[in-house]
Amino acid sequence: MIRRCLIMLLATLAPQMAACDSFIILQSTTSTQNSGLYDSILPRFSAETGIEVRVVAVGSGQALRNASDCNGEVVITHDPAAEAEFVNAGFASRRHDLMRNDFVLIGPGDDPGDAQSAGDIISAMRHLADGKFPFVSRGDNSGTHRRELQLWNLAGLNPAGSWYRETGTGMGATLNIAVGMNTYALTDRATWLRFGNRQHHRILFEGGSELANQYSIMAVDPQRCPGINAEAADIFLRWMLSQSGQAAIASFTLGDVILFEPNSSGN
Amino acid sequence: MSSLSEAFLTSVQLIISADPDLYEIIFLSMRITLSAVAIACLIGFPLGAALAVLRFPGRGTLIVLVNALMGLPPVVVGLTVYLLLSATGPFGPLRLLYTPAAMIAAQTILVTPIVVALTRQTIAELDREYDETLRAMHASRIDTIGTLLWDARFQLMTASLAGLGRALAEVGAVMIVGGNINHATRVMTTSIALETAKGELSMALALGIILVSLTIAINASAFLLNSLLEQRVYA
Repeated sequence: MIRRCLIMLLATLAPQMAACDSFIILQSTTSTQNSGLYDSILPRFSAETGIEVRVVAVGSGQALRNASDCNGEVVITHDPAAEAEFVNAGFASRRHDLMRNDFVLIGPGDDPGDAQSAGDIISAMRHLADGKFPFVSRGDNSGTHRRELQLWNLAGLNPAGSWYRETGTGMGATLNIAVGMNTYALTDRATWLRFGNRQHHRILFEGGSELANQYSIMAVDPQRCPGINAEAADIFLRWMLSQSGQAAIASFTLGDVILFEPNSSGN
Repeated sequence: MSSLSEAFLTSVQLIISADPDLYEIIFLSMRITLSAVAIACLIGFPLGAALAVLRFPGRGTLIVLVNALMGLPPVVVGLTVYLLLSATGPFGPLRLLYTPAAMIAAQTILVTPIVVALTRQTIAELDREYDETLRAMHASRIDTIGTLLWDARFQLMTASLAGLGRALAEVGAVMIVGGNINHATRVMTTSIALETAKGELSMALALGIILVSLTIAINASAFLLNSLLEQRVYA
């Protein structure tokens, strides 16, 4: 028994020692993974460069936190304020615009809170708060959560009460709750369009500069984190910002809708 | 109801189609869980038996502690192992975070208290039964522990199966230390969590059905093996 256990243990640990070829860890927001973007573009990058990209998909807050622990080479997030802090703290030399889409307000098909008729997202959210129409929030310090809080703030509201629920989970789990509890929620458009459990929920408000959703990419500074694979990280960052990377992002569509519109300033 | 039957159909289709991604995920789940349980048994059997047989100050406290640790929250274990293995943490230079080895470490911590506690109970019961005989033979403490462990080997299967069940079903710890990386650290439970997040509920449920079937199959084979061996010994 003991001998068998030891053999099994060695067999388990051995492959790790051997598999130390070129790979990087990408700390990422969840929407880019849940929507299927990485499955679509990363194989192309790996085929071109031989570098494997291992994606850890968590909320933007946790992605930046993990990267500042040096547990990753590259971050893709959508929280400009938190990204600026990351750069200011010296974890990355700069942030690069990568791509964009927008946030949308989703809710029950019959729209009891009448968000549709609002002139802008701020008044739509005021409608919901005034009528205490149930709303679920990510509550997890993610890019989407932080944007939602900004919107309440712009509306001069501090949402609280039994109509406002914080799920403290990812976008997908929150959407499942929104559908299950028949409530409103703020989500990024890509996750919503690719979400498989929409049932009778639909987009009730979209558009306006307040709902712009900018994704950025940053390489962790090797001076701050000496152990990382900075060379491969740099190749990946450059590829994502290059024409081939941007074209790969643009070719990820649903029907004829581009889910993430590439907008790097070139590199 | 329709999504339940859809899930059953999907699970059957997945198994029949021999989807290589699915088998990769199942294989990794089994590899991680079996390794964690094997290590936990290696530590837990002798430790549990020692707790049952030896008398020392603080023994009662230790037993209570081990019993309580059976309820360790996986997410807390995951977070602790994350901080230990993190590049800036004490074991950072080993570069083990986001590898199967990290997931084995986390699951070993979760499973070991279960194996220790159940072993202690099994051995303590057997010890009461054997007490006079062993004493008449002037067996040393070490010999006693060895004899009891050997004679309890069939009952101890239950301890390892309980540990296995815990490890196979657990998602909180492996999600944090493994990162659910496709083709690297994605296992059954983290796949189910991901499919749920994508709103692909019938796919998630289908994977769940496969995981439960796997657990039943393992327990059934353990039961059969156990009774076969038992028959050979006691016949």
